[in-house]
Amino acid sequence: MVTFIYQNILSLILFSPVVVILILLILPNNMHSAIRWTALLGSLVPLAFNVVMWSGYDPAVPGFQFEQRAEWFSAVHSSYHVGVDGISVPMLLLTALLVPLGILASFKIDERVKAFMVLYLALEVGMLGVFVSLDLLLFFLFYEVGLVPMYFLISLWGSPSGERDLGGGRKVPARQYASFKFFVYTLAGSLGLLMAIQVIGQTLGTFDLPELIELWPALKQDVFDGVSMSAVKIAAFWTFTIAFAIKVPLWPFHTWLPDAHTEAPTAGSMILAGVLLKLGAYGFLRLVLPLFPEEAAAAAPLLATLAALSIVLGAMAAYGQTDFKRLVAYSSVNHMGFVVLGIAVAAWAAQVSDPAIRLSATIAANGAVLQMFNHGLSAAAMFFLVGVVYERAHTRDLDELGGGIWQLAPVYGGILIFSSMASLGLPGLGGFVAEFAIVRGAWPLFTLATGVSMLGLFFTGAYILKGVQQVLHGPRNEKWSHYPMEISLREVLVVAPLMVLIVLAGIWPAWLLTMINQTVLRLVG
Amino acid sequence: MSFPLLSAITFTPVTVGMLLLLFPADRHTEIRITALAGATLTLFLSIWAYFSYDISLAGYQFVERLNWVPALGISYYVGVDGLSLPMVLLTGIVVFTGVLISWKIDDRPREFFAFLFLLATGVFGVFVALDLFHLFFFYEIAVFPMYLLIAIWGWRVTREYAAMKLTLYLFIGSVLAVVGALAMYFAAGMNTFDMLALQNANFSADFQRFWFPFIFFGFAVLAGIFPFHNWSPDGHVAAPTAVSMFHAGVLMKLGAFAALRVGVMLLPAGAYYWMPWIVFLALINVVYGSFVAMMQRDLKYVIGFSSVSHMGLVTMGVASLTPIGVTGAGLQMFSHGAMTALFFACVGMMYDQAHTRDIPSLGGFGAKMPMVAVAFIIGGLVSMGMPGFSGFIAEQPIFMGVWAAGQTTSQYYLGQQYSWIDLVAVLAIAITAAYILRAVHQVFFTKLPAEFEHHVGDVTMLDKVALAVLVGVLLALGWFPAWMAPLVASSAENVMTILQGAAG
Repeated sequence: MVTFIYQNILSLILFSPVVVILILLILPNNMHSAIRWTALLGSLVPLAFNVVMWSGYDPAVPGFQFEQRAEWFSAVHSSYHVGVDGISVPMLLLTALLVPLGILASFKIDERVKAFMVLYLALEVGMLGVFVSLDLLLFFLFYEVGLVPMYFLISLWGSPSGERDLGGGRKVPARQYASFKFFVYTLAGSLGLLMAIQVIGQTLGTFDLPELIELWPALKQDVFDGVSMSAVKIAAFWTFTIAFAIKVPLWPFHTWLPDAHTEAPTAGSMILAGVLLKLGAYGFLRLVLPLFPEEAAAAAPLLATLAALSIVLGAMAAYGQTDFKRLVAYSSVNHMGFVVLGIAVAAWAAQVSDPAIRLSATIAANGAVLQMFNHGLSAAAMFFLVGVVYERAHTRDLDELGGGIWQLAPVYGGILIFSSMASLGLPGLGGFVAEFAIVRGAWPLFTLATGVSMLGLFFTGAYILKGVQQVLHGPRNEKWSHYPMEISLREVLVVAPLMVLIVLAGIWPAWLLTMINQTVLRLVG
Repeated sequence: MSFPLLSAITFTPVTVGMLLLLFPADRHTEIRITALAGATLTLFLSIWAYFSYDISLAGYQFVERLNWVPALGISYYVGVDGLSLPMVLLTGIVVFTGVLISWKIDDRPREFFAFLFLLATGVFGVFVALDLFHLFFFYEIAVFPMYLLIAIWGWRVTREYAAMKLTLYLFIGSVLAVVGALAMYFAAGMNTFDMLALQNANFSADFQRFWFPFIFFGFAVLAGIFPFHNWSPDGHVAAPTAVSMFHAGVLMKLGAFAALRVGVMLLPAGAYYWMPWIVFLALINVVYGSFVAMMQRDLKYVIGFSSVSHMGLVTMGVASLTPIGVTGAGLQMFSHGAMTALFFACVGMMYDQAHTRDIPSLGGFGAKMPMVAVAFIIGGLVSMGMPGFSGFIAEQPIFMGVWAAGQTTSQYYLGQQYSWIDLVAVLAIAITAAYILRAVHQVFFTKLPAEFEHHVGDVTMLDKVALAVLVGVLLALGWFPAWMAPLVASSAENVMTILQGAAG
């Protein structure tokens, strides 16, 4: 039994949400609370499997672990090949953790409960699938399949009010506009990715990732359809990069994000910021760096520049918002910029033999992965807390909220301050370790970009304090006096696990870093 | 002699159809139940054939051969391989679901079902044919009931026009093809219509180049190849639901299938000569079809033009002349067949209640008929090639086939341009996503117009079964291609052997 579980652990992780979906589908539509509890308890199963997998993962063993391979689509030489390493394990844990919390956060949803839960779990399957795939086509499949549930989560359960002017007086509901933009933006990015994946698969006759990592970078002399292979590689590199840059999102490909976040339901935002954005960064680490080491090294300064711009402009844009949720959305642009900065350093250093620089790169890449994990925690917490206040006040406008909520909701206030500080990068909390590592690693290589990013950190402080101040501090807004503004026990239960992990990752990051570092060393060192 | 499975599949529908005509015209219930029983039997037989095909042996199986007109070398000669078998299965599925959703037809159901079954026999006959005459015989049998089904049971506004247009287009096409077939018959000088024998007739390259367009375009008209696609959306729109399902789901495949079976496999040198041009027509199909679909207001026209676009992908896969592209074409024929059948079923169900297909005047159907909404959305996702659905499984090899063609056929004069074809064709995916999402949102998730409040309700159990069957097929192929892809690939290899013989 134990051996069976360990041998098939990744498949169990991947398909246990599918089983929950099937159970949900046979429940009657109107049994709302049964559906909610089934979804919640069911989503704990993949989490449990993940913990089992994590406890069995040995950081010292090189390469992928818990590998499994089965026939899937032999006509195009693609197989069901899954496995994990130190980069994917934290992401899997993060995903499996955020899904139950998101479900718990959605207990108030009364409309089409079954469809909501089914789509939410389908989204989980997509995300888990990306993190375990070791086959390029399988990766793409899961990468894309998550779009569909997210589209419907935004367009059907998004904020009911709000309109967007399309010009010429044509107005559409804002959530429809946002979900459509999200879908088409990401799809457009993926089409190039798909083309590039096909070219790679067609050239080498396989989609198996470990094989491709061996073969593809070594391919030099050949010609593809009359075009030299180096040109094909550069084109493929850019399609990969743009697709993932859209997902991260990197400035200037970020404009879908504030719309999608603002309109998404709370649980949707939690997953969107917590995990979906990480798919982009994960794509860089898993595919772009190993498959295109030379091209990535050449493009690294540009990536670092865009990352620095994301950090600074994201922070400034966040400061400029009057909508609390939009503020937090732009903060994601700001924080994910650091991840890309770390990745750019790793890409650049892969071509250098100076051990000091390689050490810096290793530190930066470690920081990037850790930042992916930490931002997943803190962004999910922030979006959830915005959702809490929105659910009560029915407004996210900072001016309308008017401040003074801390008096009405002392516990909520404390939690919001805590999460904001984690987001700001206060030492002792998760974000600090990661951002420090990235900045430390990036400094010797991209001094200017790093310096500019530090400037961005100043604005980070500014927008976070602005948000906190306008919601919590100041004289009490009498409008809310008669509302039950305080956070409920259920909601505390949603955010508590995140807070515990944020502290844990801040004080003792080693429980993640040992695992990450071994893999990063193989990637960069 | 073993059980004549293919003959049973071919003649079960027409037998049931004749049986139906023996009923008194007003015994609607008995007629429907008999029709359903016949359709179920047909489906069962086609599933049986599908799963008892031995892929390790490959080649043509369940072969039966009887002399028909020996003096002219005509025989009743049937057999299936990995390309025709999925089509047989698809036809079985479409017959079954088509009967289920036609339950409510009140206008002469006896004749309606009889013609539908005659159509099914014609289609089966083409897919299993190994004799050229046999193939034409059933091909014409399939076209004839279409005319009546559209003209009598179709949409009042355009049915006469569409039925006439469809029939004329198809007749012109088949005349061209027959001329080509006769040319082959005489040039081979073997006094046989046996296609396997004709494969080895060693036609001269000039002969093949001259006659290939006759055969190919003659059949490709039915597959809706640009610029001969125009009859198809009109036909779709005018046809009653089950006939639209048949038309888009199976009949268009008949054209593509026959173009491959007769055109490419009997005249491979002609195929090599013409395909670099035909691939451009296919590209126009794919991209132009999707743009036109985007501009439509009538839901059935949207799907009609999206069929034109998707059938272009089938042609593109065949035109790549690579094993992987042909595999993709085979998979796309199956996937698209089930998908459009699903689409037309959904649209038919909505039209039955709303009496309009105008997208802007529809709305809010998601709450009234949730199962239709889910089915339509899944059809839409297949249509946009979303991974996890059968469309992706089918389009992936087609695109890869075109890349492969660019890589391997540099000796051909347009070979350098194959890659550009992929890069342009991929646009269609984005366009499809845009129009599908827009239609889905408008039809299912906006506010229900007040006029529909009272007379729009959920669909019947039979409708739901039909939708579930089709959705199940699309998902099964999307997640587990292993039950079909190797089968199609094995026969694509056979096609390649023939082509390479011609090239070498």
